[in-house]
Amino acid sequence: MSIYLNQDSKIIVQGITGGMGAKHTALMLDSGAQIVGGVNARKAGTTVEHKDHEGNEVTLPVFGTVKEAMAETGADVSVVFVPPAFTKDAAIEAIDAGIGLLVIITEGVPVQDTAEVWSYLQGKETRMIGPNCPGIITPGESLAGITPHTITGKGPIGLVSKSGTLTYQMMYELGDLGFSTAIGIGGDPIVGTTHIDALEAFENDPETKAIVMIGEIGGDAEERAAAYIKEHVTKPVVGYVAGFTAPEGKTMGHAGAIVSGSSGTAAAKKEALEAVGVKVGKTPSETADLMREILQSL
Amino acid sequence: MDLFEYQARDIFEKHGVPVLGGVVATTPEEAREGAEKLGGGTVVVKAQVKTGGRGKAGGVKLAHSPEETAEKAGEILGMDIKGHTVHRVMIAQGAKIAEEFYFSVLLDRSNRNYLAMCSVEGGMEIEQLAVERPEALARIAVDPAVGIDEAKAAEIVDAAGFAEDIKGKVAEVIRGLWTVFKAEDATLVEVNPLVKTEDGEIVALDGKVTLDENAGFRHPEHAELEDSAAADPLEAKAKENDLNYVKLDGEVGIIGNGAGLVMSTLDVVAYAGERHGGVKPANFLDIGGGANAKVMANGLDVILGDEQVKAVFVNVFGGITACDEVANGIVGALDLLGDHATKPLVVRLDGNNVELGRQILAERNHPLVTLAETMDGGADKAAELANA
Repeated sequence: MSIYLNQDSKIIVQGITGGMGAKHTALMLDSGAQIVGGVNARKAGTTVEHKDHEGNEVTLPVFGTVKEAMAETGADVSVVFVPPAFTKDAAIEAIDAGIGLLVIITEGVPVQDTAEVWSYLQGKETRMIGPNCPGIITPGESLAGITPHTITGKGPIGLVSKSGTLTYQMMYELGDLGFSTAIGIGGDPIVGTTHIDALEAFENDPETKAIVMIGEIGGDAEERAAAYIKEHVTKPVVGYVAGFTAPEGKTMGHAGAIVSGSSGTAAAKKEALEAVGVKVGKTPSETADLMREILQSL
Repeated sequence: MDLFEYQARDIFEKHGVPVLGGVVATTPEEAREGAEKLGGGTVVVKAQVKTGGRGKAGGVKLAHSPEETAEKAGEILGMDIKGHTVHRVMIAQGAKIAEEFYFSVLLDRSNRNYLAMCSVEGGMEIEQLAVERPEALARIAVDPAVGIDEAKAAEIVDAAGFAEDIKGKVAEVIRGLWTVFKAEDATLVEVNPLVKTEDGEIVALDGKVTLDENAGFRHPEHAELEDSAAADPLEAKAKENDLNYVKLDGEVGIIGNGAGLVMSTLDVVAYAGERHGGVKPANFLDIGGGANAKVMANGLDVILGDEQVKAVFVNVFGGITACDEVANGIVGALDLLGDHATKPLVVRLDGNNVELGRQILAERNHPLVTLAETMDGGADKAAELANA
């Protein structure tokens, strides 16, 4: 078991012929993920050549639309690598086609575009992850995104994080234990899947024994997650929040990572998490140690 | 990007939102000319700073003639308001105000939509009103796919409790402000106060606008709104090289990949600094994925240009980026910089191709470079070197 993504997931890539799309299609195939095709309206009817994880040649069809790609391949997941100016249209096309999981890797999407996509998605069957995220990996089974599949394998820990490289760092620190699923939800002000969504899914996933939640300054997502944990999560949760030393009013790379006024500080988030019994590490390594202790005591 | 009041005023005017005449000035002489351009009557001289509380700080003054305008501008220009130096003033036409209201529309991160807020009690600090008398501040959710149409504008003015005779006019101005929000890709449009003048007109007297920099590709004209004068010279240089850099007050220069990991590195260095004379991180610098020699050299160049920096910590987790490329980047950067590279560098590499990366650095054996095994160890070493 895992959340959102498993070995049966059939993945298409929107923007499969672009630089990023081609590079990560190769890496996703190398992880063993079932990539079944791609979409580019201008290159419909052509194919792209790649190798699967056993080194065999694979020829992937390029379709004109997501709808067509789904009909021909049975795809239920789409990973989006198109440039920011085209991301909204790509997302809406995938939602209209009824894709089950939509993972938007693209960085730099205008937030009004994301807001409109989110509004459009209401009441429809698509789950959206991102934008501006590393995507989702179920080690040993599948990868829909850009997380390196070589860091670690399958295990009992579920991970949800705003940040890509911090996800990698934490997977590395806990590499001996392994992960059920690791999901990077993205650092933008509006994202499709939240900490709370992932916590709920991990709580319901029998394979996940404990959860690492990584947050960062800005917004109140971590505070809301803390309230959710208190009411709904019975599995142990370990937390980490980046940005204790970030000054007020300066954006730290992620569009969402800005501290304004008294809300959104790392200290406030840590306090909220600790108040509901979540152990919060001061550093990634301390967080990993806390997780190790918890798993040993289970 | 936050705009100055005069920039917000101009954008409001462009989209048909009623504003008063206003002219920006950087010298008392320009202020005098501005006052003459506005008819030579009573004007308000307003400090242009991106912070609140300028009225209390003496940054807003009335003037009754062009001469007095120049004099007041001379008093305000160069003032320090909460750490912001006043480089510009706006000369604004005086208004006969009958009533003051409040309106804003902004991105609501928590609910993943927009929020319109409106009150018939404007003028004061809105945060204070929200706390003390929340019932006086109407909060109406706005669906991003629909926006503020006629029905939504009517809902807002009803909820705020405007008098019947001005509801229509206020709703029209609110629709105009929505156009500003939408057309300019703003994340905040705030008017405080929105006023009713003695002749019954609704006018946006002071505006705050925040633009979404991600939408810059749709708005090439927004680039001109950047306040290059206020930017730190190192931040300006970093920006020229497309580096994601924020200058901080400290001694340990930081370079890393990925916003989250770099933020975390700042924290770990600050904790290490507690053991080494209280040294602190000097900056945030995210080189992103695919760091080649040039990106690394540009980054190092910016950081080494910071006189406060005593040591540098490079913390890279090679996810997609291969560590050998990063190592080649560092070696290449040091060669490119030559004698300009004078400060010790602690390098921690992990992830993709780490063995090869460490080997490249070990073979080059540069006297300034120390290899660290872990993030914690590297932070400690860099703090120690910065305190030496």
